[in-house]
Amino acid sequence: MTDSAGVPLLRVENLIRSFGGIKATDNLSLDVLPGELHAIIGPNGAGKTTLISQLTGQLMPNSGAIHFAGRDVTAVPAYQRSRLGLARSFQITSLLRDFTAIDNVAIAAQAHDGHSFRFWGAARKEKHLRDAAQAALTRVGLGQRANVLVSELSHGEQRELELAVALATKPQLLLLDEPMAGLGVTESARMVALLKELRKEVTIVLVEHDMEAVFALADRITVLVYGRVIASGDPDAIRNNEEVKRAYLGDQHAVTRHG
Amino acid sequence: MLVLVEQSLNGLQFGLLLFLLAAGLTLVFGIMDFVNLAHGSLYMMGAYFAATFVAWTNSFVLGILMALGATLLLGIALEFIALRHLYGRDHLDQVLATFGLILFFNDAVRLIWGPAGLSLPLPSWLTVPVQIVPGVFYPAYRLSIIVVALAVAAMLYLVVMRTRIGMLIRAGASNREMIGALGINIKLLFTLVFGLGAALAGLAGLMQAPILTVQIGMGENILILAFVIIVIGGIGSIRGAFLAAIFVGMIDTLGRAFLPDLLRTVLSSAAASTAAPALSSMLIYLLMAIVLVVRPEGLFPAAKR
Amino acid sequence: MKSSTINARNVVVALVALGLTLLPVYSALTGNIFILTLFTRIIIFALAAASLNLIMGYGGMMSFGHAAYLGIGGYAVGILAFEGIGSGFIQWPVALAASALYALVIGALSLRTRGVYFIMITLAFAQMAYYVTSGLSRYGGDDGLTIYKRSTFGGLIDLSNRTQFYYLCLACLFGGIYLIWRIVNSRFGMVVQGVRSNEQRMQAIGYHANRYRLVCFVISGTICGLAGALLANNTDFVSPAGMYWTRSGELMVMVVFGGMGSLFGPVIGTIVFLLLEELLSQFTEYWALIMGPLLLLIVLFARGGIMGVLGRLSRD
Repeated sequence: MTDSAGVPLLRVENLIRSFGGIKATDNLSLDVLPGELHAIIGPNGAGKTTLISQLTGQLMPNSGAIHFAGRDVTAVPAYQRSRLGLARSFQITSLLRDFTAIDNVAIAAQAHDGHSFRFWGAARKEKHLRDAAQAALTRVGLGQRANVLVSELSHGEQRELELAVALATKPQLLLLDEPMAGLGVTESARMVALLKELRKEVTIVLVEHDMEAVFALADRITVLVYGRVIASGDPDAIRNNEEVKRAYLGDQHAVTRHG
Repeated sequence: MLVLVEQSLNGLQFGLLLFLLAAGLTLVFGIMDFVNLAHGSLYMMGAYFAATFVAWTNSFVLGILMALGATLLLGIALEFIALRHLYGRDHLDQVLATFGLILFFNDAVRLIWGPAGLSLPLPSWLTVPVQIVPGVFYPAYRLSIIVVALAVAAMLYLVVMRTRIGMLIRAGASNREMIGALGINIKLLFTLVFGLGAALAGLAGLMQAPILTVQIGMGENILILAFVIIVIGGIGSIRGAFLAAIFVGMIDTLGRAFLPDLLRTVLSSAAASTAAPALSSMLIYLLMAIVLVVRPEGLFPAAKR
Repeated sequence: MKSSTINARNVVVALVALGLTLLPVYSALTGNIFILTLFTRIIIFALAAASLNLIMGYGGMMSFGHAAYLGIGGYAVGILAFEGIGSGFIQWPVALAASALYALVIGALSLRTRGVYFIMITLAFAQMAYYVTSGLSRYGGDDGLTIYKRSTFGGLIDLSNRTQFYYLCLACLFGGIYLIWRIVNSRFGMVVQGVRSNEQRMQAIGYHANRYRLVCFVISGTICGLAGALLANNTDFVSPAGMYWTRSGELMVMVVFGGMGSLFGPVIGTIVFLLLEELLSQFTEYWALIMGPLLLLIVLFARGGIMGVLGRLSRD
């Protein structure tokens, strides 16, 4: 590991975001180091999606700061964060449904390849965009499904396409909001294998309910409860953390689901 | 000074009429997520019904009561036959379908009542000027519009804020799924709300009838004003509609009354009389533009969606 | 998307394009001048509808104020002619620039909102434009402005010649559709359609959605301004009535009749709508009594318009 590995790629400081009287993010601080897969877990309502939305800029915090790649991005709007190298996948699949798979990815590639105020040339004939898109599709195992409309893809394929779209923006940091949500056993296994490959190349923040997957993949785990960090550390430390155990035992839902 | 009082009252009266129209629109939109362009047609029908029934019965009060009932029935029939099939559809579909209804109503009126407008004469007891403060007289009819509209607004407030139906309406406006979950007969509630909106539009139309000519297309310009009011007030909010309506009524009336003189102080007389009409009709839209820049969701948004 | 080139939809489009091109020949052979006048009007409105389709069908922006551009383009021609500037080389660029500027301002304001708000606001602003032109007492106010001399183009083309004017309009229509076709398939067009489909997603991958929407809105308004300049020359007259809000509604109907988001759909929709109007009004003075409910029925039962139905036919 070089020295720069010690400098966090993403640093969240004292982030607060409340809705009405409820603090969905409560004085939250967090570091993500370059190259690691950092999982964020917590019972339902812990504020995981709210956190992700603030990281990507869909939601603005009430106070606190977010630094990304050495830059304060707290007030930077979503579309610019993506240009800085921050990509996300959505918990509920969010794709361009009336476009083909490859179009979805090509548009993402296009966003990071010069500007898009070009009105004349056919975008679908720009070879380097199509090639980049095809490569991203192949990478997530959708190489054969490039010309299928999103609305005709299976749920699992759509989750994979979400990843391909994020990858096409050549991110430094990939924020994955429950990539396994709604997947069957075999599909989940495929997704875990895929993430194992991806983590070699890109820093990943993974929000996930599937504990098996989290403990199989994560370098570090941060546990959120009611918008607050109650523990952060490597998988073994988290497994043996008393407070974490208590939080999860208190949450019947989590017990029945993951226990 | 006298003119200012009189014009302010005119503005208030116009604003209240606008509120009656906007309230129906915003209720129907808020609870059914339905955009009804034909709302202006109901306003027009209210006026035509009133002119017809008053002439038939020779009684102003009886005539307008019958007209009110007729508009209510028309609204319910309209909802039952056509509009309920459009709930849950694209807003564009609703706009186009109700645009078709406007075309239909305009020609239907032309067929039945002819292309010339009608007039609705006032009974003599409503034409006398009333002294509101010493030295200031105001037409009794315009005053009665203010009173009736205020009473209706108060009633609407009570119904919406204090009754069970009102609770359902509010619940529906902020969370459409919830009323379904409560096991309420939604179809009936929708028909009822639509009928109420129609009656309010009809009331506005028939009250306006003696002041303006009853004519084809009379509902269209005022409908667009009602849209402006909803945009300013925030969709689905009765309170927002009320305040925005008064505001728009005032600005429009006072602008038309005083802008020419105001302009004359800075421009040449000729230039002022050219610019004033255009500028005063632009005023409300400028107001809307400002609201859009400052608060795109309106001044009093009913609920987050 | 990947169906064969020869299908019901393309055959209809080719036949219509051919028919429009050969119409003056038919008119000359039969001496039927009426049909040439009627179709000149249809072609101009088709151009306006095609421009509306760019934002409605591809951009997902439901503008209920497109008649304003017809008026602005028309008034630019009319006012310049009135002031003694008869050259189309000046009139038409001014018409386009004025429409673009109006679209820029209105678009920047309206695009702060979405959905129904957007429909209402574009409608309200167009109505404002209507009132402003009514207040132009120097240029006829409510009564409108007669244009005594059509735009001149230094002897290149004579707009008073029916056939020449017809072909000019047709060239503008085909040119406009070609332009829209290029735009829709360009990088810009992909982004605009992506934003229509899922704005949040587009923001997340790095697009500032509203910038693309606004530019698209301005392009559409400019093309419609051209239609306005043509229309003013066609009728030798401009008036506020021509930009009344029902005109905007009719343009929407033409687009939806033909099929939103289909390149040639607005042309078909305009032909059907205006022919139907012509036919019905020959049959009864109260044509809207039939047109209104018909519109309701089409909305209820024929989704995707004529092109949609043809598309479904070709798939079977």
